[in-house]
Amino acid sequence: MELLLQQIMAGLANGAIYACMALAVVMIFQAIDHLNFAQGEMAMFSTFVAWQFMEWGQNYWVAFVAAVVVSFIAGVLIDRVLFRPIRNAPVLSQVVAFIALFSVFNSSAGQIWNYTIKSFPTPFGHKPLFGISLIDTHEAGMIGVTVLLLLLLYVFFRGTRLGLAMRAAAANPESARLCGIRVGWMTALGWGMAAAIGAVAGILIAPVVFLEPNMMLGVLLYGFAGAVMGGLTSPGGAVVGGFAVGVIENLAGTFIPYFGRELKLSIALIVIVVVLMIRPNGIFGRRIVSRV
Amino acid sequence: MTAPPEEIAAAKEGLPFAAAPAAGPEAELMVPRVGRIAYRELAIGGAVLAAVILPLVTSSFVTFQLTQVMVYALAILGLNLLTGFNGQFSLGHSAFYGIGAYTAAILMHNYGVFYLWTLPAAGAVCFVVGFLFGLPALRLQNLYLALATFTLATVMPQILKFHGLEAWTGGVQGLVIDQPDPPAFLPVDTDQWLYYVTLAVLLLMFAAASNLIRSRSGRAIMAIRDHPIAAAAMGINLSLYKTLTFGVSALFTGVAGALGALAVAFVAPDSFTIFLSIALLVGLVIGGVGSIPGCLIGGLFVLYVPNIAESVSTGLAGAIYGVILLIVIFAMPAGTAGFARMVFARLARLRRS
Repeated sequence: MELLLQQIMAGLANGAIYACMALAVVMIFQAIDHLNFAQGEMAMFSTFVAWQFMEWGQNYWVAFVAAVVVSFIAGVLIDRVLFRPIRNAPVLSQVVAFIALFSVFNSSAGQIWNYTIKSFPTPFGHKPLFGISLIDTHEAGMIGVTVLLLLLLYVFFRGTRLGLAMRAAAANPESARLCGIRVGWMTALGWGMAAAIGAVAGILIAPVVFLEPNMMLGVLLYGFAGAVMGGLTSPGGAVVGGFAVGVIENLAGTFIPYFGRELKLSIALIVIVVVLMIRPNGIFGRRIVSRV
Repeated sequence: MTAPPEEIAAAKEGLPFAAAPAAGPEAELMVPRVGRIAYRELAIGGAVLAAVILPLVTSSFVTFQLTQVMVYALAILGLNLLTGFNGQFSLGHSAFYGIGAYTAAILMHNYGVFYLWTLPAAGAVCFVVGFLFGLPALRLQNLYLALATFTLATVMPQILKFHGLEAWTGGVQGLVIDQPDPPAFLPVDTDQWLYYVTLAVLLLMFAAASNLIRSRSGRAIMAIRDHPIAAAAMGINLSLYKTLTFGVSALFTGVAGALGALAVAFVAPDSFTIFLSIALLVGLVIGGVGSIPGCLIGGLFVLYVPNIAESVSTGLAGAIYGVILLIVIFAMPAGTAGFARMVFARLARLRRS
């Protein structure tokens, strides 16, 4: 029982990382209707920007805010400069453009900041939470920030005019345009927000996985998995999905004998696919009704 | 209809992988039909002739590279059948490629099977695996299918490394296989011989694919891509055709994997990761989704462009690769095939005016 509890807590701690990333993934999916394969690399780059500000002698919070602002602007620019011209290209071509972006960010981060592993500070510290060794303060802080972000997004999308306009622009661009919403800018705003959330995710994740150009590779993949499992139309579902991936992965590694430990990620992914068999649009996803 | 706007938009997105429209009736009418066919056959004949002569006049390294290009082209053709013609997205083709390669390697290494027999064996194994994987895939669409196939790509290297299967797969180390000797009566070396074997298989399978696409089944496969509901209404058995296409697609990619294993004489789990799937996807899009000759361009891109990027700058190779990719997408949003179609259509219009 204690082992089970311990593994669930450890899984939640890992899951918080995936949940952060899954949230950023769903954000951009809401805005542009595609999965952004470069999301993880963008977050990694933002984290390096924060690190660079700290190297220049700024304190943690200044660096944090600066990185988020820079990422937001960069996100908007990427949309306006790179993706606007190919908005009408076939979907697969856009996917390849994401892959190109991935490659550009990964390689230039390596060139600018090199591939040595760097440690990254955390404002929460690494002490055990409440004196229990199940989860440390940074992990708890990470979970807290993820939940807080989720609440803020919820309020933004449900409670503000801008949020409503963004939802309308993503859901039905033509009608939204007829209502006077500037759809192009809403998309750009979505990119900016996704990049900013990615920056927060990267900065939270970096103290755990350490800062280096490939830090986001695994995280992004399991963030995707979490987002898809939760349902790509639901930010809350993405967070739950992210936590679920972390917990399933840990439990499979501990409790499945013989091949559990070696194949725990495979098992987690297979569980997700089985879940999708039962709920093809994710656990919290909306069913798609098609009109003939 | 009172569905909320989000759902209607989602429904409109129901066919995001439909390929660029094929040459429209306009383009068909421009060129006299007889002339067009002669032109096409001339082009194919010339290309085959060039392909036969090429290894005799280039170095053995270039021959080896060209063999790889053909292997990738064949793998991309497999992906194209599924994604380009049937509209099912896959990030799992590295797994089929890997299964094909390992089938060939295990048969040769552990059982001493003659190398040419490993190709149909790899194809058969991959067909079965692809068909079976196509069954659960029936429930999933678009990104959800992408995740399921992505899972396949992630799981495959881990299974190949799994210590319980080491006796078969050689574990992390992989398997080394002996390259076949060319038949004694031919004055070619091993690289050249493998090139010709690959070329022969490639021609056979490209011909098979283009016949398949032009057949009744091919039209059914494309009808499912263009409008699944209409296709079902016309009496096409969606489940059967989708799973069969999955199987056939895996078969093509699996044979490519077996040929690739012969060409490099070595298989290891880390050659068949998700990055191979992504490379194949890039090749597919660059060549042209839903274009059979485009697969060759895709193969060339997959092999040569990373090398070109590397030669410009070692440190920034990835960035240069990405920039090249972006430029190509900007210049030719529908891939090389779409670009060629556009050029031909313009030329035809010029000729008329």
